[in-house]
Amino acid sequence: MHPVRKKRLTIVLFLLIGLSIAVALTTYALRQNINLFYDPSQIAAGEAPVDVRIRAGGMVQEDSVIRDPESLKVEFKVTDFTSSVLVEYTGILPDLFAEGQGVVAMGRLDGEGRFMADQVLAKHDENYMPPEVNDALEKAASLRAAESTGAAESSTGY
Amino acid sequence: MWQFFHKLGSPKWFYDIATRLMPWLFWIGVSLFMAGVVWGLAFAPPDYLQGNSYRIIFIHVPSAFLAQSVYIMMAVAAVVTLVWRMKLADVFIKSAAPVGAVLTFLALFTGAVWGKPTWGTWWIWDARLTSMLILLFLYFGAIALGNAISDEKSSARAVAVLVLVGVVNIPIIKYSVEWWNTLHQPATFKLTEKPSMPAEMWVPLLMAVLGLYLLFGWLACLRMQTEILIREGRTRWVKALVQTGGNA
Repeated sequence: MHPVRKKRLTIVLFLLIGLSIAVALTTYALRQNINLFYDPSQIAAGEAPVDVRIRAGGMVQEDSVIRDPESLKVEFKVTDFTSSVLVEYTGILPDLFAEGQGVVAMGRLDGEGRFMADQVLAKHDENYMPPEVNDALEKAASLRAAESTGAAESSTGY
Repeated sequence: MWQFFHKLGSPKWFYDIATRLMPWLFWIGVSLFMAGVVWGLAFAPPDYLQGNSYRIIFIHVPSAFLAQSVYIMMAVAAVVTLVWRMKLADVFIKSAAPVGAVLTFLALFTGAVWGKPTWGTWWIWDARLTSMLILLFLYFGAIALGNAISDEKSSARAVAVLVLVGVVNIPIIKYSVEWWNTLHQPATFKLTEKPSMPAEMWVPLLMAVLGLYLLFGWLACLRMQTEILIREGRTRWVKALVQTGGNA
């Protein structure tokens, strides 16, 4: 390689490395602002500010959704499987909202650790499957559950 | 190897190669892309949660893939421009930038259309969406800067520096869903693992992606040929080509 070109290539490489380090440090310093939402563990640890508009995200805990029969008010727990936070929301939920699905809620944290949401968005995961496969999986899971309880019963029966 | 590399820098040599390559790129690309899209949109099974709305993936993912790949190719061409001062690399950057901008816009647009029913919002300022929007502005910047400087050599260098600086955004787009909390889901396709969708969904998706790559190759060749003819209009081989009616 021609020495002039070699010199230019070195300059280009230095430019790229320097730039990458600068961007890496910037994004690292701003990581709390780049994160879209706080997860329940962060809220439990007191990292989230109280009474400031923030987002909280995680999975809707199984058997935690309580709907008010009179209004659109709904209460549910959002969990990351280590801690959970109670969310209150009045309004229409997105179609994909369900127990065991991901959500991101926007709102304020009150002093008692309840999250007053004014917007709830569904978070989709990266898994896709046809409905028949899901039915089959669920059937297999319930069958397995029935078998294990059956086995437990028969073992106590003896 | 260096000889081949320098030959590649000759506009006439590239023009001839491109003419021979283009029908292949076009026909294989069109058939793969159309087969993938028709299979995906009409015949692939629906998703258990989203129903039919997930089918936008067959447009969204190929255009998002290409939008990023085109930028990486442009960055490689930018290094060649800066180090070897090869004119053809600049021709590629100038020809590819508008295509990349359109693909980025398409990815953002289809994502918004899908986001409304699925997430409940058209737009959210999460890391993935924002970094993709920055990519769109980088493309716009490269196009605008290229047009703003009339001197061919300074325009080539300025655009190359801009493109090269912007390339740090590509890993940010790619890993945004892993480094930070985002509303956008992580990648379904990973190089090291099996895709988290069944074959009757990912095969048409892969076909659409590969088809779009080939179609981009075709479009890039076509646009580069036009750009070469404009730039080399005074040379003997272009004059001869025009006189024979383009059948070199």
